[in-house]
Amino acid sequence: MFSYYLDLARRSFRRNVALTALMIVAIAFGVGASMTTFTVLHVLSADPIPGKSHQLYIVQLDPERMIGLVPGGEPPDQLTWLDAQALMREGHADHQVMMTGGHAAVEPQREGLEPFFVDGRWTTSEFFDMFRVPFVAGSGWRAEDDASAARVVVIARSLAERLFGAVDVVGRSLRLEGTELRIIGVTDTWRPSPHFYDLNTDPYAKGEQLFLPFATSRDLKLGHEGGMNCWRESPDPEALGAPCEWIQMWVELDSPARAAAYRDTLTRYSEEQRRTGRFERPSNVRLRDVIEWISYKEVVPSDVRLQTWVALGFLLVCLINTVGLLLTKFLRRSMEIGVRRALGASKRAIFTQLLVEASVIGVAGGVLGLGLAWLGLYAVRQQPTAYAELASLDLPMLGATLVLSIVSSMVAGLLPAWRGCQVTPAIQLKSH
Amino acid sequence: MQFFAILSTLRRHRTAAALIVFEIALSCAIVCNAIFLIGDRLSRMDLPTGVAEPELVRIQLTGIGRKADAAAVTVQDLAALRALPGVKSVVSTNMVPFGGGSWDTTISTLPDDPDPQVRSALYMGGPGMLETLGVHVIAGRGFLPDEYADFHALGTAQAKLPSIILSRALAERLFPGKSALGQAVYVWSKDPQTVVGVVDFLTHPDPIQHGDRAAYSLVLPMNLSYADGGTYLMRVEPERRAEVLAAVDTTLHKVEPSRVIVRRDMFTDMRKDYFKDDRAAYLLGFGVSIVLLIITALGVVGLTSFWVQQRRRQIGIRRALGATRGDILRYFQLENFILVTMGTVIGMALAYAINLWLMQKYHVTRLPAEFLPIGAALLWGLGQIAVLGPAVRASLISPAIATRSV
Repeated sequence: MFSYYLDLARRSFRRNVALTALMIVAIAFGVGASMTTFTVLHVLSADPIPGKSHQLYIVQLDPERMIGLVPGGEPPDQLTWLDAQALMREGHADHQVMMTGGHAAVEPQREGLEPFFVDGRWTTSEFFDMFRVPFVAGSGWRAEDDASAARVVVIARSLAERLFGAVDVVGRSLRLEGTELRIIGVTDTWRPSPHFYDLNTDPYAKGEQLFLPFATSRDLKLGHEGGMNCWRESPDPEALGAPCEWIQMWVELDSPARAAAYRDTLTRYSEEQRRTGRFERPSNVRLRDVIEWISYKEVVPSDVRLQTWVALGFLLVCLINTVGLLLTKFLRRSMEIGVRRALGASKRAIFTQLLVEASVIGVAGGVLGLGLAWLGLYAVRQQPTAYAELASLDLPMLGATLVLSIVSSMVAGLLPAWRGCQVTPAIQLKSH
Repeated sequence: MQFFAILSTLRRHRTAAALIVFEIALSCAIVCNAIFLIGDRLSRMDLPTGVAEPELVRIQLTGIGRKADAAAVTVQDLAALRALPGVKSVVSTNMVPFGGGSWDTTISTLPDDPDPQVRSALYMGGPGMLETLGVHVIAGRGFLPDEYADFHALGTAQAKLPSIILSRALAERLFPGKSALGQAVYVWSKDPQTVVGVVDFLTHPDPIQHGDRAAYSLVLPMNLSYADGGTYLMRVEPERRAEVLAAVDTTLHKVEPSRVIVRRDMFTDMRKDYFKDDRAAYLLGFGVSIVLLIITALGVVGLTSFWVQQRRRQIGIRRALGATRGDILRYFQLENFILVTMGTVIGMALAYAINLWLMQKYHVTRLPAEFLPIGAALLWGLGQIAVLGPAVRASLISPAIATRSV
């Protein structure tokens, strides 16, 4: 029966090529536009560290003074060095890391290569395990290296290739702002999007190329990059004890119970600081996991969300257009339907036949729409924004495109098909 | 007469008529909002800066390691750059409009204000800063040669910053209704700065993110080394900008080679880069609107063709009873006009509803009322163009058809 309906659909299309083409193109445009924006949204709001995003938590405290306190307000996004250091020493979490962004000049020891700046991360030893950084050679440093401010560095594969033309460069040395550092690890290509652990820079930018112990970065006075907020004037904002927030701290907690316990630890710490007079505000701590953090920081650009709505509205217009055209098409065939009904086809059979016809249009529109979405994403990738190069179709989105177009064309076909199968055979046969 | 005839016909084709009205309404609502957003972005791309844009060239550079002689090297750098042909003036500064990143400060009329209310962009630069930027001093004067302080000496006893220049908007905010000239303000320290001049307009480097205070800027007379500010701003004859940019690297490396020139841009390109997201959004909105209107028009063509086909006999009968071709043509044109009018009335209400929702969610401003007639006129025109083909075909139906059975 199904193949017979397909054949009927084919005949019907050939009778009205222009109208059929119009419907297919309309669906294709609607689906193409929607899938382009959905894909961008899907890529940008993806879980940056699947499987672990509910075990990693960012620590927030409110160390500022009473002036400017907004009741019920949020604590600052970052910690002071002093607080981060104290919480790291307490070590109540399963794993913990403190860090800040930075950038530093690399002086290549290779002919014809000028010094250049790279973005780096000054952090502590557990960074690599906590955030599942893949290595091609060597490994990260140990806790002792943090304590002794060891002159060690982990570099990204791209930097190793640029500097040495090779990947396995463990044991060689890297000259950074006049200091020799020993390379102990090379990370494989790693680009969590969004760059959740530090959202002070473009959240979809390429990751860092250089990792070294936080203590080492302080010894070498390496530059700091990212947000810095001081609530009082400070001659040296990067000094220990300065009234400035510029450190991110993440903890790994394996169960909700551990998270609740850690939250209590933070409150207790905050209360202690209040008692000594260092904190002035009432305790205001937060412990957000990766997903909560990304949504709190509203990482996905609002333009992208707005575009998704525009595309959905566009799809809706295309669908209404298709409903109108299908209605036209089916009612124009009242006589044919009357004959089929008179020859014994049930209403249900007519309904099914017309829906099959609608979904064939949907499939055709979907395939064309896929092409348009591919073109649309190509256009997005040509844009100069940082997230642009992430925008490409993956398998789930490919399937979703086809499903969207078939479902939407069938929804569009429901009303016309229902109206079509209401045709009374007697009237149609009599009048002609 | 025809009007009521059309209404009764439409009543008989309620579903199809409702669909086309709804489609037009949605198109109208979306296109109105899209045009509005596009206009919003377009006007944003014209945001003024107050500086001599076509003449400015920016160099961003940084030293490797901590340099003790940065101040001396900067003096040599500036002299070398100034000697390049086509260069009118050069200054070492901390930031430029659209340069990415900004230095901000609080400013108050009280010493040691515990809770200062006004924040401003903080421009610093050596002699020639105002001339290089090309800002216009509208009251008071520029800085005198002995008013410049060294950035590195700040915080020490001998560093005094006696004077300051404000943008007009900031001056009016701090001293509403009176002249700011000669008044004392406090930027960093307990020591006051005297307002010696007011410039007409100088934008915040990142005006989009600081919409509420985009016009609040102040300038401090400060000698910065390249290691402090990292930016050399040059005012150049517009046609020699490319030539000057090409010579920058060798010129600076001749002075002191161990430095990295991070960027060298013309200001006009920085503006383009700053508004790249707006340009993308604008192109997308424009594209969506055009395709949407085309699809709607084609939908009208399709449905009207169907109606013409369906009513061939009636049209034949009307023609046989004396209706002219013009009558038939006008019948379909009027029918389309009625449908589009209904669609746009609903569409305008919908446009407002969508706009209200966008205002809540995406900080969009209110849709000005004049956008609604623009959208309506657009759809009326489009509807009439779309209906013309099928209507002409209808008017060509021969009266003889009334006598034939199909």
